[in-house]
Amino acid sequence: MSVLISRQGDYLVASIVSDLSDSQVVALRAELIHKVGKLRSRGVIVDVGGLDVIDSFVARSLRSIALTVRLRGAETVVVGIQPDVAIAMVQFDLDLHPIHAALDLDEAFLLLEHWIEGNREDGR
Amino acid sequence: METQTMTTTQSSGVDNEANDQLLNELVSHLRSNRKDLTEAWVTRVTLEKLLSVMTSEEISSELTAVYENYVGALETGSVETLQAYARDLSERIIPRGVETREVVGIVLLLRDVLARSLFVKYVHDGELLNRILDAYEPAANRIAVTVGVSFVEERERVIREQQESIRELSTPVLQVRERLLILPIIGVLDSQRARQLTEQLLSAIQTNRAKVVVVDITGVATIDLKVANHLFHTVEASRLMGASVIVTGLSSKIAQTLVDLDVDLSMIRTVGDLQGGLEEAERVMGYRSAATDSADA
Repeated sequence: MSVLISRQGDYLVASIVSDLSDSQVVALRAELIHKVGKLRSRGVIVDVGGLDVIDSFVARSLRSIALTVRLRGAETVVVGIQPDVAIAMVQFDLDLHPIHAALDLDEAFLLLEHWIEGNREDGR
Repeated sequence: METQTMTTTQSSGVDNEANDQLLNELVSHLRSNRKDLTEAWVTRVTLEKLLSVMTSEEISSELTAVYENYVGALETGSVETLQAYARDLSERIIPRGVETREVVGIVLLLRDVLARSLFVKYVHDGELLNRILDAYEPAANRIAVTVGVSFVEERERVIREQQESIRELSTPVLQVRERLLILPIIGVLDSQRARQLTEQLLSAIQTNRAKVVVVDITGVATIDLKVANHLFHTVEASRLMGASVIVTGLSSKIAQTLVDLDVDLSMIRTVGDLQGGLEEAERVMGYRSAATDSADA
């Protein structure tokens, strides 16, 4: 198993430990979306620190995970993107804006905390 | 080079030994008339206003030295000494702003002066003059090419060195306070530099755990579509590393260019100047630390 999905309070943490095949990426998306609904999670953190390479399919999938999870009422933060990977990802000519990023897990928790806090204040 | 092969083909009927003999005769003629020919050459160079950055004494002494090397190259058929001298001369005159046009000009003038003196000497014997010129022209062309190429190579070397040092100097990533970095960009952004700059910034974001980066482009004179794209990629890659980027110092000219080019920079947070950028950065960091406080509580 190259992905571990664990629950941390209101959040889901998916740690990708090694490179994934395309079908594993598709399966990951399905499982995350399923669990967000089932566990009533408010945020999803995808840790890609274990990946040396992110190809355009994985980048596209991260984007679609973020968009789909949002439709299910949660926010997604991707953490652990390495400098080389970041440079490669921006060359794909893909709108990466739906993907929120943080340096590490601590930052990701803070970011989600802040958003959920902000959303409550907005009365949502 | 083309002229050279052409002339060689023309003179292919001439026996090599005879050719050498003619060159020897030529060289002794040039040696014995050294003073007059150099003077004629210097006069032509001055008249054409070449090497105008040098004093007349300098011109005269440099040209005398070039003449010696030139005749030497004709005699031995080896351009190595001349090449070394041309390199050395180029190194001295390039910082003074001497241009390729001038260097090629003076070498061609010497060729003209010498050819004319040969013409005057052998005008009574057309046949001999032809053979002398057959021997002289390829050698002279080879020398002209050597000097011109040496000069250009030397200049390219200087330019390469300067580019190298600009590249090394120009991309410091500065930490202003905890988790806040400044990246001042100065000069021309080409693909290679943009990539290097992005790499440096991203690893600085990682090591300093930066939250906000202020990219100041006050020192960038002009911008085009390619540069704008580089900038866009840098900002986007930083965001993927979890840092927000604020771009400051867009001049009115650059702002107009970007709008005219139809570049969509709405994704990028821009602030007028560096001061404003730092204030904005503090504001962004402020809410972060407030978030940290509430998380701690």
